[in-house]
Amino acid sequence: MSHPLLAVENLRVTFPTSRGPMDVVRGISFSLGRERLGIVGESGSGKSMTGRSILKLIRSPGTVTADRLDFDGIDLLKQTEKAMRAIRGARISMVMQDPKFSLNPVMTVGEQIAEALITHQRLARREVRERVHAMLESVRISDPQRVAKLYPHEVSGGMGQRVMIAMMLIPEPDLLIADEPTSALDVSVQAQVLDIIDDLVRRKGMGLIFISHDLNLVSSYCDRILVMNSGRVVEECKAGELRGATHPYTRALISAVPRLNETRDELPVLDRSAWADQ
Amino acid sequence: MTALSLKNLDIFYGRTQITQAINLEIQEGESFALVGESGSGKSTVLKAIAGLAPEWTGSITAFGKPRGHGIDQNFSKTCQMVFQDPYGSLHPRKTVDAILSEPLSIHGIGNQNERVEDVLISVGLDRKFRFRFPHQLSGGQRQRVAIARALVLQPKLLLLDEPTSALDVSVQAEILNLLKRLRREQNLTFLMVTHNLPVVSFLCDRLAVMRHGRIVETADVAQLKQGALIEPYSRELIDISATHAT
Repeated sequence: MSHPLLAVENLRVTFPTSRGPMDVVRGISFSLGRERLGIVGESGSGKSMTGRSILKLIRSPGTVTADRLDFDGIDLLKQTEKAMRAIRGARISMVMQDPKFSLNPVMTVGEQIAEALITHQRLARREVRERVHAMLESVRISDPQRVAKLYPHEVSGGMGQRVMIAMMLIPEPDLLIADEPTSALDVSVQAQVLDIIDDLVRRKGMGLIFISHDLNLVSSYCDRILVMNSGRVVEECKAGELRGATHPYTRALISAVPRLNETRDELPVLDRSAWADQ
Repeated sequence: MTALSLKNLDIFYGRTQITQAINLEIQEGESFALVGESGSGKSTVLKAIAGLAPEWTGSITAFGKPRGHGIDQNFSKTCQMVFQDPYGSLHPRKTVDAILSEPLSIHGIGNQNERVEDVLISVGLDRKFRFRFPHQLSGGQRQRVAIARALVLQPKLLLLDEPTSALDVSVQAEILNLLKRLRREQNLTFLMVTHNLPVVSFLCDRLAVMRHGRIVETADVAQLKQGALIEPYSRELIDISATHAT
């Protein structure tokens, strides 16, 4: 990749605690082209913090430092809060975990999606409406006119998440960060939502960072995978080569998942002490 | 002996009918799974058995004793429920000790100190957790407390509503192992609701597939493992799992 979309070098996220500063992300580096990158790890591994720090969404007292944090030639670390607002949504956007808590309960679905669009562009009202309907259709909502008028509590979890995706993709960003986009959803709806993300990302040639604790899911939707544990990247591999992963932590994560054709009487459990402080 | 028998169970929320003519027979010591997508009514069946959805017609019988519609103390002693979200199902201002003692007080059971200690050991929680509050525990530890709360009355039937779906895969493995061990040690009967077929394959003996409030198919787990379910809808569920799994 000659010109990476995103280049991260030695990224650190630090929070002060009563026992002194605590690094939750401890110097990770990666670069991303127009490809699909998966970040996997358990809770507390720092994977969500990594995603958030790219958008500079870490709130004080947390601090982000890096040797390099470049997005499409823009040095994100040097951007002011105002400049970041122009980047967030328009260039990089983020799909959060739970549609129940991430959608505004007192705005209709259509208004929220339109808001994402007109924050960044001046458009005629009719065109906005058309774009919203087209976007809802592209996330496979069959009746956009009706759904646009609904409030978030009137739609199901799966549909709520599709609305979120529509909202995040309507300004046509270059990079989409999806933080556990489907963990609040059923298996059957999960597949549908991921297929939609996958399809849109491919069609628009965007970069995708997919953050999840589910290795299988990540390996089937990404090109490349970073495995994180306690703030560090312990392994990086191609999605197809995940089965051949060598790091004991990655191997332990893989084998902890029950299989459809399960014959083991007991599932192997992670020995956390082994990787706690490497 | 039949641990749980549901006959023609129709459950309503107000005027809306949620399930239609549910019939199930679960033997003592068996682990049975109800699978299906959200809105299929699988959790509602558990709620009706636990007494949380009191508007139903038909019959619910556990170990030969029919259940009434109201609060039924004797029924609670034989049948307890574990909920999906360990963050929501524990009282935030009660210590683990208070959470585990409460069912004992309600049922007028003495020897509380010892029983709380025993149940903590059996779910693999160290004694130091006994006087902590839920917010001081991790998700997996909380789910252990929730399982301990259900077990402290020494029930014979455990209703499990997606007990691991809010947890990480690595923590999920720990909780699944725990449930398997407890079932073996205490000869428990499980009725588990889940949408995760690999979990069914690990923990259960039989399963029923639900859709739109009806049971469309009942099968052995051996059939699930071979992918030999008959109904098209069940096969669809298997296909979805298979494309994501190994």
